[in-house]
Amino acid sequence: MSRVDVAELVRSVVENRRHERGPLLVILHDLNDQLGYIDSTVVELVAGELNVSRADVHGVVTFYTDFRTEPAAGVSLKLCRAEACKAVGAERVVEHAQQVFGVRVGETTPDGSVTLDQVFCLGNCALGPAAQVNGKTHGRVDENRLVEILASAETTERASATSPGEPS
Amino acid sequence: MTTDAQPATALTPVLSRNWDRPDSFTLQSYRETGGYEALRTALNTDPDSLVNMVKSSGLRGRGGAGFPTGMKWSFLPADNPKPRYLVVNADESEPGTCKDIPLMLANPHVLLEGIVISAYAIRSSQAFIYVRGEVLHVIRRLKHAVAEAYDAGLLGRDILGSGFDLDVVVHAGAGAYICGEETALLDSLEGYRGQPRLKPPFPAVSGLYASPTVVNNVESIASVPSIVANGVEWFTAMGTEKSAGFGFFSLSGHVARPGQYEAPLGVTLRELLDMAGGVRAGHELKFWTPGGSSTPILTDEHLDTPLDFESVGSAGSMLGTRALQIFDDTTCVVRAVGRWIAFYAHESCGKCTPCREGNFWMVQVLDRLEKGEGTEDELDKLLDICDNLLGRAFCALGDGAASPVMSSIQHFRQEYIDHVEQGGCPFDHRKSTVWGADS
Repeated sequence: MSRVDVAELVRSVVENRRHERGPLLVILHDLNDQLGYIDSTVVELVAGELNVSRADVHGVVTFYTDFRTEPAAGVSLKLCRAEACKAVGAERVVEHAQQVFGVRVGETTPDGSVTLDQVFCLGNCALGPAAQVNGKTHGRVDENRLVEILASAETTERASATSPGEPS
Repeated sequence: MTTDAQPATALTPVLSRNWDRPDSFTLQSYRETGGYEALRTALNTDPDSLVNMVKSSGLRGRGGAGFPTGMKWSFLPADNPKPRYLVVNADESEPGTCKDIPLMLANPHVLLEGIVISAYAIRSSQAFIYVRGEVLHVIRRLKHAVAEAYDAGLLGRDILGSGFDLDVVVHAGAGAYICGEETALLDSLEGYRGQPRLKPPFPAVSGLYASPTVVNNVESIASVPSIVANGVEWFTAMGTEKSAGFGFFSLSGHVARPGQYEAPLGVTLRELLDMAGGVRAGHELKFWTPGGSSTPILTDEHLDTPLDFESVGSAGSMLGTRALQIFDDTTCVVRAVGRWIAFYAHESCGKCTPCREGNFWMVQVLDRLEKGEGTEDELDKLLDICDNLLGRAFCALGDGAASPVMSSIQHFRQEYIDHVEQGGCPFDHRKSTVWGADS
C-alpha cells in the first residue's frame, strides 16, 4: 500500500470513529486489522488526525500486546501458555512450532508466512492445549493437529473481532 | 468425603442452567428458559428499591475483592449532574480464572439482562462491556448478542415501552492483564495506556471521563436478574450469612473432571472434589489456590474450609475469583510459583517501581532456585522483596504477585531448601503433565 493510500485509509478509519469518545484504542484496532500492523508512519498520521502528540499514540501502541509494529505474516499463530494448557502439554506444542518454523515466540518466519506468538489463556481451558489461528480458536492442539489447522488457515480468511458472519 | 452429620452441598445451577442447550447463546433460547422476564419486573419497579433489593440480598462482587455490589451502587453521588456510566469488567485474565469467559460464551444474554436492570437501577443510560482482546470468539458472540437485543427492543430507546434508554458498547482490550484493575480499565476505555489511577477518588465519584461510574464484574451483574426474579430470600437462603448466594467454582489442574461447578458460597473443596471425581487417580492433593494465582496457596489442611469470603480469609488466603487450581504430589511448588511470577513480571505495567523491579528480580531468584543454583539466604531475599511489594505497590497486581511467593515459602519452605541441597529440582516434571502421566 502506498503512502497516499495509507493516509487515505487512516483518514477514513478516524472519520468513522471520530464521534466516539476516547476513540484511540478502537481506531488502532481497526487499523491493526486492516493493515496488519501500525508503524511510525501510521502513528504520525493518527496523531495528526486526532490532534494528539505522536508520543501519546506511540505509548498506546507499544503498551498493548495486540498492536503490531511490524508487518504481520499471512498466518498468525498464537499458542496458549497459561497453566491449564501447560498442564496438558502446551510447552511441547510451543517447542515443536519453534522447531518447525525456525523462529522463537514473538517472531515471524523469514519468508513472512507465519508469525508465532504466545498468549496467556484463551478461556478454552477445558479443551487445552489451545491455539488461536487467524482469529479462530482451536482446542486439543497437538503436533499433528497443528499442521492440519495451519494448512486450512492459509486458505481461509482472517477473522477479527469486527468481522461479520458466524457469531461464534 | 463428607461426614454423615453434614449433608453434602448440592450444586445450584442458576447462570449455567441452560448451558447444555446447543443454542444457549441465542436470544430465542434464553427467552424460552425464562430470560428477560426479570427485566419486565425490574422496569416496573422504582430504581431505588432495586438498589435496596441488591443491597439486602448481600450480593458481593464476584471479581475477587468481594465488595458488596448494592453498596457500591449507592455510593454514586446523588447531586452530580454528569452522566453516570456502568462498566462491566470482562477483562478476565487471572491465571486459573475461567468463569466469565465461558459464561459470556454460553449465555451472553443473562449478562445483557443484568446490565439493563443494573443500569436502570443506578440511572445510567450508557454501559460498556470491557472484554479482554485475546478472546475474539467471546467478543464476536457478545457483539452478536447486543445486536439481537437491539433488534428485539431490549436495548436502545424506550426499552419495552418503559421510557428507559440504554446503549451498550462492547469494547475490546488489546492484550494487557493490568486492564482488569478497575481504574486501569477506565484509562484503557478512554483510549490511553491502561495504567492504574490513584485512589481516591474512587470510580463512583470520578470514574470514566471523570463521571460517576460503577465498575462491576461480569458474574456480579449476571447474578442480578435472578435476584429480581426470585427475590432476596431465595438468594440469601444460599451461601453463608455474610457471603450470600451462589457462584462459579472453576476447578482446573490435577482433577478428574475439571470445569465450572456452580454452587452456594461456603461449599468446601472436599465437596467440590467429590463432585469432580477427585484428584487425578493415584495421586494426592498437594496444594491449591482458592481464587486464582493472586491468592495465597492453601494445602490439604484446608480441604474443609468453607469457601466463603470470611472463612478463606481467616485461613490466610482470599476467596478471589473461586478459580480452584488443583496441584497433586507430582508438582514442584518452586516451578509453579516461578511460572506465576514470570507472568506477573511480563504483565506489570511498569508504573510503580516495587512491582516493576520486584517481579523482575523474583523471576531471577526463583529461576536460580529451581535450577538448584540458589542459596538458602535467597529465601529471605524473596520474602524481603515481597515485603516491599505487599501494600507498597500502586495497585493490587503487586500484592497478587507477592501472595504465591510468601504462601509457598510458608507452607513448603523445606521444598525450597531441598532444591538448594540437592543442587536441582527433585521432581520429574513430565509426571505432572497429562501426556507424561503414564510414562
